[in-house]
Amino acid sequence: MSTFIEKLGNIDRRIIFIVMALAVIIPLAVRLTLPIPIDEGPSKNMYDAVDALPPGSTVLLSFDYDPSTMPELQPMAIALAQQLMTKDIKIVSLALWPMGVSLGNEALSYVSDSLGREEYVDWVNLGYKTGGGVLIVRMGSDIKSVFPEDYSGKSVDEIPVMDEINMLGDFDMIISLSAGDPGIPAWVMMAGDRYDIPIGGGCTAVSAPQFYPYLGTGQMLGLLGGLKGAADYETMVRIGVDDPPAGTATPGMAAQSVAHLVIMLFIILGNISYLASKKRKGGAK
Amino acid sequence: MRLAIPLMITFVAGMIMIFQFFVPATQSIGETLQEWYMIVASFAIFLGSVNLLYVHTHRIRFKGRNWKYSPVTIIGFAAMIITGLVFGIEPGKPFDYMFTQMMVPMGATMFSLLAFFVASAAFRAFRASNWRATLLLISAFVVMLGRVPIGAMIWGKIPLISEWIMQYPNMAGQRAVMIGAAMGMVATSLRMIFGIERSYLGGAD
Repeated sequence: MSTFIEKLGNIDRRIIFIVMALAVIIPLAVRLTLPIPIDEGPSKNMYDAVDALPPGSTVLLSFDYDPSTMPELQPMAIALAQQLMTKDIKIVSLALWPMGVSLGNEALSYVSDSLGREEYVDWVNLGYKTGGGVLIVRMGSDIKSVFPEDYSGKSVDEIPVMDEINMLGDFDMIISLSAGDPGIPAWVMMAGDRYDIPIGGGCTAVSAPQFYPYLGTGQMLGLLGGLKGAADYETMVRIGVDDPPAGTATPGMAAQSVAHLVIMLFIILGNISYLASKKRKGGAK
Repeated sequence: MRLAIPLMITFVAGMIMIFQFFVPATQSIGETLQEWYMIVASFAIFLGSVNLLYVHTHRIRFKGRNWKYSPVTIIGFAAMIITGLVFGIEPGKPFDYMFTQMMVPMGATMFSLLAFFVASAAFRAFRASNWRATLLLISAFVVMLGRVPIGAMIWGKIPLISEWIMQYPNMAGQRAVMIGAAMGMVATSLRMIFGIERSYLGGAD
């Protein structure tokens, strides 16, 4: 006869779902905030690399994600755009994913409006083109033949921010916010390694471990991994800024903290039940 | 001929793309092939759209499994294409409104469901059944705590241990996977260029 502890291992999954939902909703509803410690690591390296760029530099920001991964990657895009525009660094954006165009536009317009920057003078969104890695290689020799117009159909020859940009080598840094393929690996292999351009990136938490080899070899300057990376960046961008705009990643970290604790609690309960069941079966033999 | 011509095209295109790295004279041909690739890839999007419409109209016509969802797909597809073509995709236009107010929350919702499935799957499958599984479990706990602020509040060294796990054992494993995958990719590419691997021809032998 199974004991109560053993029965714990067979909790109805609907109960797990309800507990998980509460673990996420309650911290967000009560606006629970936890301090975000900034240690040395890939997020800090990324911030320092962008911070070291002189005003007037131009950065290519690639929006390689879609709405499904937006909760993790969009806060990174906003925080990066805030840092770049505050430092008077020009942004040329594009998307290797079709839906990245609108998400990029949303982030850049939001930051541009809040800081009083101007589209086409301080930033431009070139839009989406298919091709992934091949597209990047073609941009290596001539960007304007690949993107003769921006996303809205305006000729790049009429866009001031593109005046001195003809090929990938003209960028001071490339940053890819990536949810899969094509994304960071394509930029590292086709742009960073071939044209010797510094590469930074942001990605979902689940894909962050696969990019650590690029950090180890120096092929990437830094990496923002998941909501934590976004919250780290939001925190660093806010330091020393009067009345900083609200971010979504930092409040999300409290919900993620509680959710992680709940998942760990369930794993512990599952293992207690498993060990109790194993012990009873061993005793019965 | 049906077999020889595709194999010849693959061989010539593959060799040009390799040689363009080493022989400057072939570089311009390689660039032309890259432009062709982008045009062909654009057609793939068009083909995908036609295929989507074909599959769903076919399902509605023959009352296939879950056919009731197909009209929703077709209407959504048509609405996005028509509004995009007629009004443009700039902010404030109907296309942008449908994207930000419908597609974005629905997409985010789908990804958010992972939290529930991960919790349920971890509860049922993550067992310390032997020492290796126990090691994995402990590593997972450290990394999970190290990735959230509460980890540092419990013990200040947890984020550092978590980062160490990511930077050493994880990196070693990831490098092995990457090198293995790259070697496999080189081998498969060479097999395709030399006509040994022919499965991409759609079953022709």
